[in-house]
Amino acid sequence: MAAVNVTMDNFEEEVLKSDKPVVVDFWASWCGPCKMLSPVLDQVADETSDVKVVKVNVDENEPVAIKYNVASIPCLVRFVNGEEQNRSIGVIPKPQVEKFVKGE
Amino acid sequence: MANIWDIIIIGAGPAGMTAAIYGQRAGKKTLMLEANMYGGQIINTPEIENYPGIKKTSGAEFAQELYEQATGLGAEMIMEKAVSVEDDGDVKHVHTEQNVYDAKTVIIATGAKNRPLGLDREEQLIGAGISYCATCDGMFFRGKDVAVNGGGNTALGDALFLAQICSKVYIIHRRDQFRGDESDVEKLQKLDNVEFVLSSNVTKLIGDPKLEAIEVTSVKDGQTREIPVSALFVAIGQMPENKEFANVVPLDPKGYVDAGEDCLTGHAGIFTAGDCRTKTVRQLTTAAADGAVAALAASAEID
Repeated sequence: MAAVNVTMDNFEEEVLKSDKPVVVDFWASWCGPCKMLSPVLDQVADETSDVKVVKVNVDENEPVAIKYNVASIPCLVRFVNGEEQNRSIGVIPKPQVEKFVKGE
Repeated sequence: MANIWDIIIIGAGPAGMTAAIYGQRAGKKTLMLEANMYGGQIINTPEIENYPGIKKTSGAEFAQELYEQATGLGAEMIMEKAVSVEDDGDVKHVHTEQNVYDAKTVIIATGAKNRPLGLDREEQLIGAGISYCATCDGMFFRGKDVAVNGGGNTALGDALFLAQICSKVYIIHRRDQFRGDESDVEKLQKLDNVEFVLSSNVTKLIGDPKLEAIEVTSVKDGQTREIPVSALFVAIGQMPENKEFANVVPLDPKGYVDAGEDCLTGHAGIFTAGDCRTKTVRQLTTAAADGAVAALAASAEID
């Protein structure tokens, strides 16, 4: 499933109320490491159907970043039933992204 | 007979990936082992303006280009952390956390990492107020009070950057004088929102789950002071990660591989390159230079 962009307006709908686990990629255009992680996450997203992968631009959606205490990016947060279950900060290689997305 | 690589490179930063380019171009079968993401420390640098022939690029783009160049030439990369090298004469066994790979030669290019303060809960607070990269994470503390710990050019540069976006910046340094450029110190002294806290160490991180304050202790009289801050940017230098390889290469007292500009370790078939080596200048250009020197020395030894 391809990764989709989510904003503060549809965060609740797309992430918190999702019936599948959701991995949120918090990123910004000025963040180089985010640009390295993003295509890797896209690949993993395309290869999985049981987990939804979404992206949140922290500059455009600051309230969401503040609410979830995002203070370093790239930051991946995995939500299950609207609750944060796990978090990963920094660029990680594909095998680790896969594990994180699957919740292993 | 198991697969034997000509060159195994431990670490895929600028030194390791340059070594892979030179190894492949010398016709050698080259494997890079990388514990994290390729690129090394440079990926956190927003602007590179001192690499000859490239007027301006970002660290992440540079790393990506270098990766595509090395793998495009046929070098392979496996994302596993190398934990030891066993020298079996003509064959070296490189153990990772998952597997063992064999090679005729090994290049240790493990780089360096930011030195942590070594305080309780420091790791837990990374991304929640503790940061080692002001240009990466500074924007999250716009309008907040923050602190920088360190006395070198990185710390001063971080403080100058943060002073533009944060309401207040404390500079905590264990000495009463800075190692960094005097011109930066003068610029900082002129800023109203910068406070120097000298001859002091950060001794405690306060706040859960987010950093809320730090405790600093004077090295002169032992007096402590609590400073409320949302973030502490740690810029107290770098450290190598070569301990695992001490059985095959000599390390200097700081833990860097003790080798000269020829990248030879004194151990046949084992070379070193980049920031993990004893040297005075650690720049992108010197890392790339080491990569070339080490890979050509390794190639010559195979031939």
